[in-house]
This record gives sequence, structure tokens and C-alpha cells, in this order.
Amino acid sequence: MALLTLSSPHSKGTQRTSIMMRWVIGMTIPGLIAQTLFFGWGNLHNILWCGLVALACEALVLIVRKRPIGFYLNDYSALVTAVLLGLALPPFAPWWVSFVATAFAIIFAKHLYGGMGYNPFNPAMVGYALVLVSFPVAMTTNWATPMPLLDAVPSLMQTLSKIWGGTSLPDAFSGATPLDVYKNEIAHSLSETVLENPIFGERYSLGWEWVNIAFLAGGLLLLALKIIPWQTPVGVLVGLALPAVLLGYDADQSTPLMIHMLSGATMLAAFFIATDPVTSCTTKRGRLIFGLGVGLLTYIIRVYGSYPDAFAFAVLLMNFAAPLIDVYTQPRTFGYDKAKRGPKSKEAP
Amino acid sequence: MSAISIDKSKLIASTREVFDFHGGIHPDEMKSLSNQTPITTAPLAPQLILPLQQHIGKASKVIVEVGQQVLKGQKLANADGFISAALHAPTSGTIEDIREHAIAHPSGESDLCIFLIPDGKEQWCSLQACEDYQQLSASEIQHKVSEAGIAGMGGAGFPTVVKLHPPKQAKVDTYILNAAECEPYITSDDRLLRERADQVIAGMQIVASILKPENCLIGIEDNKPEAIAALRLATKDTLIQVCVVPTKYPSGGEKQLIKLLTNKEVPSGKIPADIGVVCQNVGTMAAIFKAVRFGEPLISRITTLTGQQIKQPGNVEVLFGTPINWLIEQYGYQASSKRGQKERLIMGGPMMGFTLEHPDTPIVKTTNCILAPNETELPLPPPAQACIRCGLCADACPAELLPQQLYWFSRAQELEKAEHHNLFDCIECGACSFVCPSAIPLVQYYRHTKGEIKKLNAEHQKSDQARERFEARQTRLDRDQAEKDAKRKARAEVAAKAQAAKKAATSAPRQEKVNTDLADKKTANIKETKTDAPQTIKAEDPTLELADLKETWDKAQAKLDKMYDALDDAKINHPENISKLTRAVEKNQMRVNQAKLLWTKTNNQKSTVDDSKAERVTLEPATTEIESKVDIPALELALDKATSKLSKLQNALDNAQPEQVEKLTRAVDKNKLRVNAADTELQQALAAQKSTNESALVDTVEAEPKVDISALELAIDKAVSKLSKLQNALDNAQPEQVEKLTRAVDKNKLRVEAAKAELQQALSKQVTVEPETTETEPEVDIPALELALDKAISKLSKLQNALDSAQPEQVEKLTRAVDKNKLRVEAAETALNQASASNNATTTKHNGEL
Repeated sequence: MALLTLSSPHSKGTQRTSIMMRWVIGMTIPGLIAQTLFFGWGNLHNILWCGLVALACEALVLIVRKRPIGFYLNDYSALVTAVLLGLALPPFAPWWVSFVATAFAIIFAKHLYGGMGYNPFNPAMVGYALVLVSFPVAMTTNWATPMPLLDAVPSLMQTLSKIWGGTSLPDAFSGATPLDVYKNEIAHSLSETVLENPIFGERYSLGWEWVNIAFLAGGLLLLALKIIPWQTPVGVLVGLALPAVLLGYDADQSTPLMIHMLSGATMLAAFFIATDPVTSCTTKRGRLIFGLGVGLLTYIIRVYGSYPDAFAFAVLLMNFAAPLIDVYTQPRTFGYDKAKRGPKSKEAP
Repeated sequence: MSAISIDKSKLIASTREVFDFHGGIHPDEMKSLSNQTPITTAPLAPQLILPLQQHIGKASKVIVEVGQQVLKGQKLANADGFISAALHAPTSGTIEDIREHAIAHPSGESDLCIFLIPDGKEQWCSLQACEDYQQLSASEIQHKVSEAGIAGMGGAGFPTVVKLHPPKQAKVDTYILNAAECEPYITSDDRLLRERADQVIAGMQIVASILKPENCLIGIEDNKPEAIAALRLATKDTLIQVCVVPTKYPSGGEKQLIKLLTNKEVPSGKIPADIGVVCQNVGTMAAIFKAVRFGEPLISRITTLTGQQIKQPGNVEVLFGTPINWLIEQYGYQASSKRGQKERLIMGGPMMGFTLEHPDTPIVKTTNCILAPNETELPLPPPAQACIRCGLCADACPAELLPQQLYWFSRAQELEKAEHHNLFDCIECGACSFVCPSAIPLVQYYRHTKGEIKKLNAEHQKSDQARERFEARQTRLDRDQAEKDAKRKARAEVAAKAQAAKKAATSAPRQEKVNTDLADKKTANIKETKTDAPQTIKAEDPTLELADLKETWDKAQAKLDKMYDALDDAKINHPENISKLTRAVEKNQMRVNQAKLLWTKTNNQKSTVDDSKAERVTLEPATTEIESKVDIPALELALDKATSKLSKLQNALDNAQPEQVEKLTRAVDKNKLRVNAADTELQQALAAQKSTNESALVDTVEAEPKVDISALELAIDKAVSKLSKLQNALDNAQPEQVEKLTRAVDKNKLRVEAAKAELQQALSKQVTVEPETTETEPEVDIPALELALDKAISKLSKLQNALDSAQPEQVEKLTRAVDKNKLRVEAAETALNQASASNNATTTKHNGEL
């Protein structure tokens, strides 16, 4: 009989990369539903459009790289990038903004580094940062007003014509985000006055709070399934909350804690963006530091920088630092007294 | 009745705390496939193939011949050394052949095997049963276990007798029996415990009587309830504690089990015995019991036959050497009917077992399972995707490594970084590969990288050694070259002087010739040269004579150079001529030195005559000068001779055996020091003489300077003679002479001490007394003393050199002793110089005597 020689182990677990990616996409659905309910069709459309662009770009690049397209598209990593971009970009952003963001993310930020697993920077955030810096007007004026505040909600056709046709929306449809509003208003008003703005709703941020809670729910489910580690999201939230509590305790001077936590892309970033395993740290302690860094940087840029929401930059900056953090947070190996931290430390067991 | 010495209070505590280890996985157990039926005895195969190495350590040595009839249990091969195991005939029959055959190893390589054809009679050889085995001593038990050829049957195959020797440093704190059997599919230990727990416990007690541990524990997973019950029953009246651990792979790993039961981590690079823990397998225990109680050697084991391809799976008691393909066919193995489907036969479990390349690989002492899976139960791994750095591998790793980093470093062949990340602490359990979502074959990468690192380290070691040898050789060659250049330079300078002298040539070469002839005869002895000196007062016209002498010298030098070149050539092309050429070189060097000496003497005389004509100093200073000048060339000659001997010795180094190189190098260095010392003294003498010349009106001189000179000359003489003796000693010294030589060295040391003491006393006496009254006495004493001193020193050194060459291991000690003595000798000589310098440097009437 002809015998096959293989290396052990011969048993294989059931977890697969594509399964993990699909779970990540799936767990954004609650958030997406919330977004659609409060902000219209824009996000849903963007997800579909970005998804198409992502798969097409990836296929194109794979042809150029002479790789089997099916094998690589089936790991769903391009779709994850597309979904994250679709969720993060403004709902009324023109089609070319989301196109540029997605294409750049897939081609430059992912495949030019070697494809999935080889990119040092989060591709979705690279795409987002690119369009944020390159098309500032498109990225700041296309946020949607929460639907409860509108008399007439924008229909699907209206949304599509805005995105594709560039027809200008009625003024009411688009508006600044709560973070933006608070930051600008608090400079010359008191907190009570600022909070009277209907965009803040009854509690923190109309619409946005539900979106964030939905993303939080999805994220917690991912945690329970052990698809993402707990250190990163906890780190991000603590990193954001701590300075908000310590420095921004005075609501009359800076945005209060709950608006930070439940507005903007906080929960999306904490559970879906910062937890991208390829660009994050690998050690447990490292992940915590990474998350804390992201949260802290986000707070700094939000409060002292000129961008209302800053997760893209914060995540990219921490992506820079991730390998170094890994080197210095090596865990102790079994049978050793101390961990071998740092590049050249030689600890005797 | 148990022979374990344990605190009785522990009998009360029946449940012992169980700890945890990091990571681990929970694969499907698949145990019910083979643990439902009791152990059956496998049928007798038509041919048994017995590898000589079924254990860790050295392969056993065959003691039977082809064609020999053997009985069941007869020893076929002896253990080779301490870490080795014996091999016995599993059944009676004939030795058909002893040749290479595929063995149970992942590489699929072949190794030497004994081929035994059973005769079906199953005739046992005589066995030494021992009913009263509890009364046996430790060494008797160890002997029985060793004779039975028992090796660890859990899969590693470490010779058991080694573990039965309690570690000298650490006391055995805990003795653990590994009944965990954490790998899926394997159930051999489970069934053994269910059916023969009493044998296992008896074996454990036998071992415990030797090791005398504080605690005896059995670690077993909770997926074997029947086995746990059987163990509790068997250990009812003993002090052995049954510890149930949660089912997790790899809790059966030695280090992991120790952590589970004792919460202690075996330090990296060390063995459990270093922390006072001994760990063994249950199958080994049963084998020990059978060996001690019944005298049965290890000839069979219980192996699990499982997998969907085997229609009658279960546990079998099978003789070693049974070919696996024959065995599984007896139990309903059917190759897959699918076309193009390649089968997999795995020896071991699905996590750490290896695939067999040859289906007729035999069962050996470490074969705990044969797994024949089909496509559905163990599908072929999917193609690997890129690593997404999810970290699930690090979560699962029981050794708390970072498999991801190790994977990246293995891919990039960054071997140093991989080693720094503790790659060698990986136990290759396969948990990381099991959990990897991208289906990356991680363990395969680590195995490959471990091999690469080992290869690299071996290569580094080799290249380091080669580099050291090369550098030593280069240094030697450079040194030789530098010496030659120096000589040539000196010669060139002298030639230039000769040219100048020729220009100012005068008449009367006759007298010079007489003097030089006399000097010629006595160049070997510096003393005699000095006696000639007073006669060479008249210096008429030495220029022509000088030219002749120069010519002689040049010719001799040229010949010497040719000899040197021939010697160099011989070293490379004609090693047999080296000794002859060396001697020839020596002789020529002598001639050169003589010629040089003559020339310089004549030269100096000429200049002295000129000086004396000019200055009109008293006779004594003049004679002193001449004589000193005569002495100095003699010293120079001596120096040259010493140098030549040195180079001869260095040449001998090239020819010497590698073991002697060290000794000879040291000897050479010593001699160099001597030569240098002689040189320095010479310079000092010159300086002293200069000061003598400058103080023209000094009447008397102490005996010391002259005596000093003579002493120095003696010293140099001795150095020279010692060099040759050194050579002889090196050639001839026998290792057995070390004792004698040591004693002789000690005796001589004492003599040297005594001579030195005497000398010091004499010198100090002389300093305080007026020169006129006590000249003669000190003169007599001091030279004699110094002679004695020098003789003693030289003898001592000679002996020490002999010692050096005698025993390589004693070289260190002797080097130190030699150095000490060297220092003493030098100190003595310095003392001499100091004594001389403290006195006024003027001549005496006794300049002619010595």
C-alpha cells in the first residue's frame, strides 16, 4: 500500500479564518440596523457599494499577482474592510469618496504589503484617513441628521441621487455630528445651553447612542465567541474614559464622558476596528497597551485636535507602535523565572 | 505491604488539590472506539523484526549470531553503557538475519534489526522468579530491571533503570505515575489499569522502595472512570494517592502533569529529577513488576489498534517486532477502496504520532497506538492561509510560548530570534496547529527551525576551531618572518660598518689572526674567551683583518640563509629532512656567530687601541675595557646562539605532535624570556662598562661587576644548554615518569632556595666590607655560589619542562610552578645586578682570574 507521510498533528480544530471574518461582519448587523433606522439608507448603500469595489479591486490585484482568486476572496477579509468603511464613512458621502477609500485600502494598504496578514496598518482606517484628509468638505458636510428630528425623511431615491448624482440635499438632511456640535459650541456657551441642541436628544446623542449600543452588543457577542480578545476593546474604552473623567470632568469646558462613549464611532472602533488582529499587538499585555493608546490618542485628538472624531488616526498611530509593544511585552515562558522582555535580553531560566 | 516511607497523616487526606497549566485544547476524544473490549493477545507473526534501538541512548550490542536458535526471553543484545537497554527474544525461534530495516521513526530511515523466525513453540528460557521481592535491595531491583531491558513505555523510551537511581543532589519529593493518556484515540493505559491495576501498583511500590519519595501520586484524566475506580481499589491500603485531573490535552505531558499535581514548573533545560520529581508510565510499572516478580524480560506491550480503517479496533498485547501491516490485517484493516486515495498509518495518537513510511515497520517498546484513520475522521489539512495574528495559538500553548512569533521567525529564517523566543522549550504537542484558523502547520515549521539552529551551531563550533588553528599558524609564520628580517637588517648594518672600516685599513693583520684563532677555539665557552683577552692588547692595524673577517662572516651568513630556505622548503615538501636540516642550520648559525664575534672583537680592539692611543689611561682601565669589550661580543655570540636554539625549537614546534604544541610553545616562550633576559643583562653590562670607561681615574673595582658578568655569562650558558635539554626532555619524557620528576623538581627547588640564600648572604656581607681586605674571599664565594645557583635553576627548569611534556593533564599545575620558578630565577638575577650596581664599577687586579 502507498502510504502518505505528513507531519503531526493530524487532527485539526474547527475554527477557520473565513468563519471568524464572517462573524465579525455578522456582528455589525445590529449596529447597521440602528444606523439605518436613525440615519437612513446611506450606510447600507455604502456597505454594498464598498463591498463591490473591494471585491473587484482584490480580484484585480490577485490577477496581477497571479494568485488563485477564489482562495483569497473566500477569506472574507476584503469584505470586512468594506463593511467597516461603509459603516464609518458619512451616509451621504459621494460615491467617489467611498470608492477611493475602499480601493486605496484594498490595493495600497493591504495587497501592496503582501495581502491579508502582512499589512502593518489597518486598511479600512488607511482608506478613511486618506479621504478625510483629501476630501475634508465631503467628509464633514455629509453626515445625516437623525431621522426623528426631520419632518420628512430622505427616501432611497433621494439618497442615491445625492451619492451618485451629487444633487445637493435639502439643508435639513445633513448636519454636524453631536461631537462636532459640542466641541464647537462649548467654546462659547455653557453646557446646559449646548445640550439644548436637539441633536443631543434626551440623553446623550440622538441616534448615535443607539448605534453605539448596538455595536457594543455585537462586540460583546464577539467576545463571548472568543473571536476577539477582551484586552483591546477594554483598553480602548478605558483609554478614552479615563482622560474624559480625569480631565474632562467639567462639562462646561469639554465634552462629557457619556457623549464621548456613546457618540461618534467609539463602540465601532473599540470592538471592530481596533481589534483587527493583523495590525494589533499579539501579546495580551500588548493588546491592553494598544487599546489604551488608541483610546487616549482619540481623546487627545478629539479634544485638542481639529477633528471631531479621531479613531482613524489613533488606530493608525498605534499600528505604528504595535511591533515595538510586542517586543517589550513578551510573556514568561513555562520553566523560566522571568520574561525575556526587550530585543536582546538574555534571562537565564 | 508497602515499603514506602510516607508520613502516615497523609493517609487521611484522600483528595489532593489539583492545579492547572496554561493553554491546552479539547479535541474529540474518540476513545470509545477502542476501549470497549478487553485486551486480547495478538497472534504470532511469521517474522519478527527487532530493531536494536528501541530506546533513548545508545543502541544495544548484539550477542547472538545469524542462524542461532534462541528461546523466548533470551537476551539478544546487551545494553551499551548506562543509558541503554537490553533486547530480548519475544519468542523462541531462529535468528534469520541481522540487517537494516525500516524502523519506527518519523524519518522512515532504516536501522540495524534482528530478524527472528518464530518456531511456534513459545519455549521460555529459564527465568529467575522472586516471590519475596519486597525484601530485595535497591541494587538487586535495579539489576533485574536493567537485565529485563525495560524502557519507558509511554512513548519516549528512556531506559528505566536510569530513573531508578535516585538523584544524588535532590531528594525525590514526588513520584508521579502518568496515567493521564491525554491523546485522543489511545486507550492502552486505560484498559491496562482496568484489568491489571494490581500489577501496576505493585510495580509502583517496588520503585517507591528504591526512590523513597515523600509523595506517591497517580495522575489520571477524568474521562476514565472505570480505570479510576480500579486504581482506587488497588491503592486502598497504600499511601499512593489517585489524583483526577480534568480532561485537557496535553495534560499527559510530563512537565504539564507535574504542574497539575504539584504546581511546580520544571525549569527550562532541566529534568524533573532536578526539582525532586520522578515521572513514569503505567505500562512501565507493570513491566517492572513482571521483571522483578517473575523475572520476565520486556518482550511485549499493550498497543491500541484504532481508526475507522480497522474493523476490529481494540487493545492488543503484541510481541515486539511484529510487523504493523501484518498486525492490522489480523484485525480487519482494509485499505481504502477509493481510487487514488493514499492511506495514512500513524504510530501514536493524532496529535503527536508520526506517519509510517513503510507498512512493515515493526512494533517496538514505545508503540502505544496504531491509528489507521479514514478521510472523514482525520481529513487532510486544508491549504494554509496567511497568519492573521489572532493569537489563538498563544492561548493554547501549554509551554506559554508565542507560536505566532516563532512562526514568523521560522518563515524569515531569523534563527537567533527564534531561539531567543525559547523555541527549544516547545514540546511539539500540536495544540497551536490544532487551533490555528489559517490551518498553518506550525509544528512542522518549529521542527524544521530547530534542526536548522542545531546545524548552524555545529557549523559555528567547527569554524571557530578552524579559525583558532589558522590564527595560531599565522602568528607563528609572522614571527619567523620577522626574525629573519631582523637578522638581515642587522647583517646589513654590520656590512655597512665593515665598508667604512675597510676605508681606514692599516697593516699588521698577523697578531690579530693569532688572537682570533685562539678566540675561535674557545667561542663555545665564554669563560675561555675571557682568559684570552689580556693577551690581545696590541692592536696594530686591524682593518684588513677586519675585511677578511667580514667576508668570512658574510659567506657564513649567506650559507645560513640558504639553509633556512631549505628548511622552510623541507617543512612543506620533505618532512623527513627537517631534523637533518635543522641541525645543519644550527651548525651554520654557530659559524656565523663565530665569524661575527671575531669581526666585532677585532673592530672593538681597533677602536680601543685608537682610544687608548688618544687617552693614555692606566693599564687597568684599558684592560678592563678590552676585556669588557671582548666579553660583550662573547655575550652577543652567546645571545645569538641562544636565539638560534630558540628558532630551532620553534621549528621543532612545527613538527611536533598536536598535543605537544602547547608544551613546546610554552617552552619556546620561556626560552625567549631567557634570551631577552640575557640580552638585557648584556645591555646592562655594556652600560656598566661605559661608566667604567668614563671614570678614568678609579683605582679599584669591586669583584661584583666582573663577577656579575661572569655570572651573566653563566646564566646565558645555562639557558642555552637548557634549551637543548628541553628539546630532549620533550622528545623522551614518558607519562609514567611524572611522579619521579615531581619529586626531583621538589628536591631541586629546595636546592635552589638554599643556593640563593647563601648567595644573598655572601653578597650582603661583601657590600659592607672594604674591598681590599676581602676581595679574594667574596670572589671565591660569590662565583661559586652563583654557579651553584644557576646550576640548580637550570636543573629545576629542565625537570619542569620534562614534567610539562610528561602529562598533558598536569600541564596547568606545572605551568604555574614553572612560572613561579621563572620569577625566582629572574629575581635572583636582578638581585645580582642590583648588588653590582650598588658598588662602584671599577676594575681589580683579579680581572684575569676566573
